[in-house]
Amino acid sequence: MTGDPVQVSMKLEMKDSPGQLVAALKPMSDVGGNIIAVIHQREPDLDDDTLNVQIVLELPEGRREKLVALLNEQGVRIQRIDEERLRYKRTVIMIGHLMHTDLSDTVDQIDSTGFAEVCELAMSMPAVNERSSSRITIKAVSKGDMEAALAILRRVSHQKSLLLIEPLEEIA
Amino acid sequence: MNVALIGLGSVGRGVAGMIAKKDLGITITGIADSKSGCMDPDGLDIENLLTRKNKEGYCGDQKVSASDVIRKAEYDALIEVTPTNALTGEPAIGYIKAALLRKKHVVTSNKGPIALAFKELRALAAKKGVSLRYEATVAGAIPIMHTLEHGLAGNEILALYGVLNGTCNYILTRMAAEGLTYEQALMEAREMGYAEADPTYDVQGIDAAIKLVILANTIWGNGIRLNDIDRTGIDLLTPDALRLAEDEGCTIRLIAEAIPRKHILRVSPRIIEKNHPLVVDGTLNALTLETDMAKEITLIGRGAGSTETASAIIGDLLFIKDSYVQRA
Repeated sequence: MTGDPVQVSMKLEMKDSPGQLVAALKPMSDVGGNIIAVIHQREPDLDDDTLNVQIVLELPEGRREKLVALLNEQGVRIQRIDEERLRYKRTVIMIGHLMHTDLSDTVDQIDSTGFAEVCELAMSMPAVNERSSSRITIKAVSKGDMEAALAILRRVSHQKSLLLIEPLEEIA
Repeated sequence: MNVALIGLGSVGRGVAGMIAKKDLGITITGIADSKSGCMDPDGLDIENLLTRKNKEGYCGDQKVSASDVIRKAEYDALIEVTPTNALTGEPAIGYIKAALLRKKHVVTSNKGPIALAFKELRALAAKKGVSLRYEATVAGAIPIMHTLEHGLAGNEILALYGVLNGTCNYILTRMAAEGLTYEQALMEAREMGYAEADPTYDVQGIDAAIKLVILANTIWGNGIRLNDIDRTGIDLLTPDALRLAEDEGCTIRLIAEAIPRKHILRVSPRIIEKNHPLVVDGTLNALTLETDMAKEITLIGRGAGSTETASAIIGDLLFIKDSYVQRA
């Protein structure tokens, strides 16, 4: 599951002068980042010549250090940086002939979506030819993506005659 | 109030016994089992009849049938507690119709007629100006229908989730607690008298689905049927699956679920946190309703048993007595 983009949220402080914002954004595209949101914040208690910007971006894994170095070179101060990977987590249990029905393909059907991934898998195989049980934890970018990932698992389970046990949805 | 009782199995005996024992202002004027019947407008001697039933296998005159009692006895309300036929609902549907046509109230614990012919029977009762009540069909002693009708009156029911089959809940509880296989837990349930010789109806979620049909039709009047329920049973579960759930602070329960806004009507084994209010042990039942005003309400109680089911039936009878029939 390496190579999947990481969602990063940063709060930057820079001089409020022409070209500064562009200068801050350029390193992000240089490291292959995909900017999702740029939020300007003009805080009244700050000096007029300082600009606060919050940026949410997707970053290829392992590029964070490089980005921080590039931003420092540009004179941009990083007030805060948080990594928010896939925020939604659900755990399901699958029962059946998991190995014989190509478990790695089952996992790959989720991982290949780009919006969800299998982040944990626990298995129990009692004996050859007996049905095995597995607990699979999935992470997804959004609630809708999680629904889509579960729909894929339902389809795959049906095709491979596996019993899929879903979590009881949160009562909203 | 005078009542006629049709069916003298575990539920019928429980009802008759409680009516005889308690001073409820209810008199039994007609009784029938599958082989015999008897009537007396002044009230039958229940203890005598139950003793005969235990000794000889029938309660009354073998020339008198259930239909005779329903058509001829003098009563205000019919108690219909014959065994459920989930495919045809008969002969119970016929019994209920015959009583309604005579303008008699009907109280039943029989899921068949309510799941299969609810609309028709309700319309007939309304036309005849009498009441058709079926509290005992869903979740045994839990007063779910009274709660929906009175306690939550005016609420919009947004969703419901329930543990509606005690047999499945017992099996899952034992698998989780002792690491038993499904087969071992089922065998134990049979020994305890919680599972039938043919457990299909329970373990494949059919019983829970029928109860979901009854609830959904009662709440939303949406005319759904058994085939509309997406259904998965518990018979393929492994002890390992329960252990894997346990490792995460969860367990597995058979949950019946209806969420109209998402078009969900489903009975399936689900991963659920162990401290969730729906996680009840043994043969208990539980129901969570999600409503617009009251928000979430969970009811927990015994889903089966002779006296427990009698509680639901007697609740319905006394409601009818207070609402329609002059107080004794």
